[in-house]
Amino acid sequence: MQRRVIFDNKLLPYLLLAPQVAVTLVFFIWPAAQAIWQSVHIQDAFGLRSEFVWFENFQVVLSDPNYVGTVKTTAIFSVAVTALSLGVALLLAVLADSKIKGARAYKTLLIWPYALAPAVAAVLWMFIFNPEIGSLGRLLNRLGYDWDYRLNGDQALTMVVLAASWKQVSYNFIFFLAGLQAIPRSVMEAASIDGAGPARRFWSITFPLLSPTTFFLLVVDMVYAFFETFGTIHALTQGGPGKATETLIFRVYQDGVVNNDLGGSSAQSVILMVIVIALTAVQFRFVERKVHYA
Amino acid sequence: MATVDIRNVRKSYGQVEAIKGIDVAVRDGEFLVLLGPSGCGKSTLLRMVAGLESITGGEIAIGGRVVNELDPKDRDIAMVFQNYALYPHMTVFDNMAYGLKIRGIPKPEIQTRVAKAAEILELGRFLDRRPSQLSGGQRQRVAMGRAIVREPSAFLFDEPLSNLDAKLRTQMRVEIKRLQDRLGITSLYVTHDQVEAMTLADRILVMNHGVAEQIGTPLEVYQRPESLFVAGFIGSPPMNVLDARFDADGRAVAMPGGAVLPLDRPRPADAGRAVKLGIRPEHLALDAAPGASSILVELVEALGADTVVYGRLPDGESLVIRMAGLPSCREGDRLAVAPQPGALHFFDATTGRRLGEAA
Repeated sequence: MQRRVIFDNKLLPYLLLAPQVAVTLVFFIWPAAQAIWQSVHIQDAFGLRSEFVWFENFQVVLSDPNYVGTVKTTAIFSVAVTALSLGVALLLAVLADSKIKGARAYKTLLIWPYALAPAVAAVLWMFIFNPEIGSLGRLLNRLGYDWDYRLNGDQALTMVVLAASWKQVSYNFIFFLAGLQAIPRSVMEAASIDGAGPARRFWSITFPLLSPTTFFLLVVDMVYAFFETFGTIHALTQGGPGKATETLIFRVYQDGVVNNDLGGSSAQSVILMVIVIALTAVQFRFVERKVHYA
Repeated sequence: MATVDIRNVRKSYGQVEAIKGIDVAVRDGEFLVLLGPSGCGKSTLLRMVAGLESITGGEIAIGGRVVNELDPKDRDIAMVFQNYALYPHMTVFDNMAYGLKIRGIPKPEIQTRVAKAAEILELGRFLDRRPSQLSGGQRQRVAMGRAIVREPSAFLFDEPLSNLDAKLRTQMRVEIKRLQDRLGITSLYVTHDQVEAMTLADRILVMNHGVAEQIGTPLEVYQRPESLFVAGFIGSPPMNVLDARFDADGRAVAMPGGAVLPLDRPRPADAGRAVKLGIRPEHLALDAAPGASSILVELVEALGADTVVYGRLPDGESLVIRMAGLPSCREGDRLAVAPQPGALHFFDATTGRRLGEAA
């Protein structure tokens, strides 16, 4: 029973669409086009002239062994962040959905981290993990564990994964909780009468019914891990030690803003864009098939 | 198959007592309907039998086994929910087979059981569909099928027809009745619809404010309501209830508006007592007999098979009359009406309980 809205005025629909189109053009299409434009140019050191070089920038980037390392780091980082933030959020949402005292306060508290700026969040994590002033960092060292994320790359990566996941848990939690609350209670009751215990109910009823939410969050979290974790990494480790926590987006910034290699940086953003588009397409093509939309 | 015994069952939510001690023994194979207005506790009682609500006090036994502490899955019951509660991501077949799979029943037997249920319920063509591709009546049947395949000790129905339109509801009502006759499984059925209660039940438990007002066969409940509440709840339009008083020697009752109705059996014990007098609309007739009351007709509803007349007694109390056939009067007419002999119900003016029959 879909009804189409008919406009008498031929111009009005375009006028109504114009703000959205303008925003997309100015903030997405234009920068993207610029990135593509610059990715096939090399600028001189002073930014006065630029020369068209076909795909030389891409060749340079892709043949750099460091770049392959960054791709690997990014892969580990984004898979870990997505899995961790989805898993923890789902667990918390299931707990918050059951009847407990103070559920409202609990839910509110869980949503707070989302409101924190990445830099502030990073400072909080530093106060926990810094080996000299961080509570947990000092404890670890006192217990004999050699903890210093400023020297140990694996430790640094673990920490940025934790910090980045922590920020995204809130967001996932809200969606999971809403998804859980949309499952009729009687369906769960029917399952328990049918003989399903709590674990079985979760895996055979709750989880499939949550799959549209999970899929949506999977896509969002992947994009988050690729792009929006820059602030967290920048504030916590600046990509170090060495290049242990340098993700693709961080390197784009590093090469473009710090090292002034606009062409190479642009080529990297184009590659990054292609990767994310490809990943999202794969998710829609293959994962979505397993999603049950009610 | 099993009996269901509910013994002095209570339910409290904090300070609020929702069910205040219900006693009923459901016989093996019996169809018991829990009838009452919303909020009377009927669904809560059913959910306590199912194990979905904890029992605050008293005991529930299914097949002679006390189930108070058992999980729903261990009570050997099947439940049909108002919103069907089908698993939206499973096909009709899987919906019905889910409970059997969990219980580890071998695949071939699941196949036969589901096929049999599907045949009884005429769902054979829909086994591969999802619930979202079915109509309301079909979903309802799947919910029934899910209960049937389990072959439980008892069926619990929680207002299963409330979400259907009127025509489908009548049709499904007949199907449920046929099914229960055929399977002979003890059933508890919650509804607020008196027609469902009257047509389906072997016995009706009428509930109000967490109390059992009356337990009896549909005709007992209709013919001998134990309280004003039952009298008003069963019957459509509801029973007329008037303030009346027995005369000084208990041989007649003074109606509001002045008429004095002689009693066919005198009640000397109640002489002079003020009572609530109940008369069913269908037991009033146009009649100028002694003791007839005069009414002013305010509204006439012609329903085809019968006619409902809304009138007013001289003192302003309203009176509803239901007559067979087409209307013979119209608004503004004055009519003389009298109850059929023996059709009067007397209730205590304060407690609302039925008064004993005249000795």
